[in-house]
Amino acid sequence: MPTAHPALELDQLKVGDSLPQRTFTPDNKQLFLYNAVLWNAHRIHFDHPYAMEVEEYPGLVIAGPLLGDWMHQCIEEWLGSSGRLMSIEYSNRSASYIGESLSSGGVITQIDKANRQVTLEVFITNEQGDIIAPGVATVELT
Amino acid sequence: MSSLLSDELMSAVGRTSEPHREIVTRRDIRKYAIATDSRQAKYLSGDEAPPMFHVSLFWDVVPLDELSPDGVSIDSLLPTFPLKKAMAGGLKIDYFRTIRPGDWLTATRTLSAIYEKAGRSGALIFYEVVMDIMDDESRLVIREKTTRILR
Repeated sequence: MPTAHPALELDQLKVGDSLPQRTFTPDNKQLFLYNAVLWNAHRIHFDHPYAMEVEEYPGLVIAGPLLGDWMHQCIEEWLGSSGRLMSIEYSNRSASYIGESLSSGGVITQIDKANRQVTLEVFITNEQGDIIAPGVATVELT
Repeated sequence: MSSLLSDELMSAVGRTSEPHREIVTRRDIRKYAIATDSRQAKYLSGDEAPPMFHVSLFWDVVPLDELSPDGVSIDSLLPTFPLKKAMAGGLKIDYFRTIRPGDWLTATRTLSAIYEKAGRSGALIFYEVVMDIMDDESRLVIREKTTRILR
């Protein structure tokens, strides 16, 4: 659990530093609960024959905003109580399916010491290492 | 002027939804945190809402008879586009304040832009929807811009 980790010190951070990666292997139960929480009834997320035969996907589609949430988690677990997330911009570039393992990660791309702001590139990759969701985020250290 | 974007279509730019007011509950936060596999105690306990919780708070709660056979609902903010197939989209979210249980939040959505670009296999239509989320003191809590691509 990422609860007791050391505070980030602005002077210790370097462009190119990596954020800890995490691998997710969502199953049907998680995908169902996530879409239930949203009130999202799109059948590509829970009706396997429909997803395959009607919308011609190879499996049940992992909901796009869930990948966005995992990017947020990557940032916040790294940041801890050392600051706050100010903004993020990301896109869902290609679909992923139940059965796949996806990984979240990131890297520091810019450090603005005067304003105590750090810019990060964040991403979700699939098992082949392709970035299926890229993002850019800005955090402010307290 | 491009061929796909008629004057009638473009007249929808600037259209704004009715404000949508919701209360944040500990139970809803906990469900969201568990469903996203969060590892942070403050979210799993429901003491504080994680970023992106607003996506669940303001997803349209549509009646069953307004869902299409594929399980989606019509977004009444949007005009009828000449292209139908939705491609990958993007989000830009600015966070200004922390959300906690008991907060009343009001979201207003605005169709802020429609534009066309040439893609590799034909024209693409882009549209942008900005959602501003305010608290009861009229302070901006979150601003989210969604960009969607149709082909």
